[in-house]
Amino acid sequence: MNAQNKFISRAKLADWLKELSSRFEVWAPRKEGEGARSVVVYRPFEAEKGLELDRKPTESAKHTMFPRSETLFNFRRNLVEGAPSLELEEAADPAPRLVFGLLSCDARGFQIFDPVYNGSGTNGQAKDTYYLKRRSSTVLIVKSCSKVLSTCFCNWVGGGPASTEGADVLATEVQDGFLLTPVSERGAAVLDSSLLAATNSDMESAAADSQTKAAAALPAAPDLKESQSALLGKFDNAAFWQAESSKCLSCGACTYLCPTCYCFNISDEAAGYNGVRLRNWDSCMMPLFTMEASGHNPRTPKMGRLKNRVGHKFSYYPSLHGGRIACCGCGRCIKSCPSSVDIRRIVTDAIGFTETVGLKEQNNG
Amino acid sequence: MANENATPTPTYEPGTRNPYMPYVATVVEVVTETHNIKTFRLRLDGEGVHEAFDHKPGQTGQLSVFGVGESTFVINSPPTRKDKYIQFSCMRAGEVTTALHGLQAGDKIGVRAPMGNSFDYDAMKGKDIFFIGGGIGMAPMRTLLLYMLDNRKDYGKISLLYGAKSPEDLSFAEDREDWLKRDDMNTYLTIDKEAPGWEHKVGLIPHVLEAIGPSPENCVAITCGPPIMIKFVLQALNKLGFKPDQIVTTLEKRMKCGIGICGRCNIGGKYVCIDGPVFTFEQLSQMPNEL
Repeated sequence: MNAQNKFISRAKLADWLKELSSRFEVWAPRKEGEGARSVVVYRPFEAEKGLELDRKPTESAKHTMFPRSETLFNFRRNLVEGAPSLELEEAADPAPRLVFGLLSCDARGFQIFDPVYNGSGTNGQAKDTYYLKRRSSTVLIVKSCSKVLSTCFCNWVGGGPASTEGADVLATEVQDGFLLTPVSERGAAVLDSSLLAATNSDMESAAADSQTKAAAALPAAPDLKESQSALLGKFDNAAFWQAESSKCLSCGACTYLCPTCYCFNISDEAAGYNGVRLRNWDSCMMPLFTMEASGHNPRTPKMGRLKNRVGHKFSYYPSLHGGRIACCGCGRCIKSCPSSVDIRRIVTDAIGFTETVGLKEQNNG
Repeated sequence: MANENATPTPTYEPGTRNPYMPYVATVVEVVTETHNIKTFRLRLDGEGVHEAFDHKPGQTGQLSVFGVGESTFVINSPPTRKDKYIQFSCMRAGEVTTALHGLQAGDKIGVRAPMGNSFDYDAMKGKDIFFIGGGIGMAPMRTLLLYMLDNRKDYGKISLLYGAKSPEDLSFAEDREDWLKRDDMNTYLTIDKEAPGWEHKVGLIPHVLEAIGPSPENCVAITCGPPIMIKFVLQALNKLGFKPDQIVTTLEKRMKCGIGICGRCNIGGKYVCIDGPVFTFEQLSQMPNEL
């Protein structure tokens, strides 16, 4: 038995999150909409709106660390004694945040961001101060997965249903509540509450059982180490990419739902003399993403864009970051793709072992 | 349970420079080069800021017109001539460049610079240098050419072939006059078709280049211009015997962050904003074909 582990009952969970709200801006998954139209989304915690911890969130937790839209700075233009003047004011620092109940794949997604946003893995070595401020001040309580969907493949890319990578605390469902395992120091610090109880050996073994069962439910993971060279080898093979992208609608749903897609756009909004410089999520599925002012576009056909998305995750990024694949296997891009494009299949087709892996073609078209 | 290979969570260290925050600069002078190219001479505001600014030939910067946006341009004045200003030449093509063209002396502008790699001017010491520029492609080369002229003894024979559609499309009038007069460099100017009063060469740049016929012996060719020009200049240089590692160019891509994060200027695993803009054709031949 681990003395540091704690237990929170389902009955007291909302109270604990309320208690944490005095120190953090708490985010958690909740259901929006009803019945077949409902989705599970990460939102700022509001006790009266409830929690949804049984269904997998429809969206990733990416926006809790990397907002869909954020202000980089404000600008004010003016005339001082007849001469133009300009003032820039950096956006205020973010408040400390705690995300409860994100999935282990979602937490691993931030680890794909890290070497790019802290400059350690790029030649530019620039530090994205906005991301780093939020990353430094956000506590992640990861909920280990008990259900495995047919689209899940976290084990293909180094993850697992109870992976603690990137987590501060791991929460595993047991009878009537969750067993909380501290992973980091700041994780241990949030477990200091009178609402939490000590654990017993039944809970500990139930948690271990549930983690083992979930891991065993995942299909066997193929070895993807050849994806780097295989995708580069297919770069100029238009027939391959035409076939793989034939169903793709270029809608970008995959990029917006993806925990590891980190591309953004920068734009200004002004009213009169004042305005803001914003950073917004962007998508490499959009033709404008690479459109140059001259009208030239290196990725005009959609196959060029899909090739970049898959190539970046399974070839270019790994080549820059010690072989790590820039995908966390959450499967949202597969589950929510309106035309059933399956990123697993594109990678296994490129390597040439789709038959062995046993993936079937879905066709909604 | 924790993966030992996992990277530790990065932390923010107070005082880290915000790479998205531009320097505020004042437009010192605007030079109208052609009907669609203007040169902006800028001085960074704040005590000692301009003096402390340092860059290398080939590096780029992002210019902001606040309320319109930000675009990438090469810094086209050399570090050896930055006492009064740093300079950018911009062709009017989109929203930001159209707004830039509306600026005048005294206006405020944002500058994020320097960015990207630079020409390897140290490795070029002792070599002959042949510049081949077309249209606005002269801008990045101007920085290196002036830098080399300011360190003239370090380099061998310096030649320049600069062309545009018509005499009115050639930029840098003052520079051209000086370059033509100098006896420590060879300057060839060309236009596509005959024009009244034109005393220089006539013909497309690749053809003129072949006719001049520079020797590849101990020589580096540096070329920048529209893609179609580059394509035929490469063929001409091949014919003349230049090897891919003797030919240097600068690339353009749509860019936003300029620091290797926002993800749009990649060619495979290379980001033009930080790994470029300067590449040899040897390097380009090893990258995926996605220009």
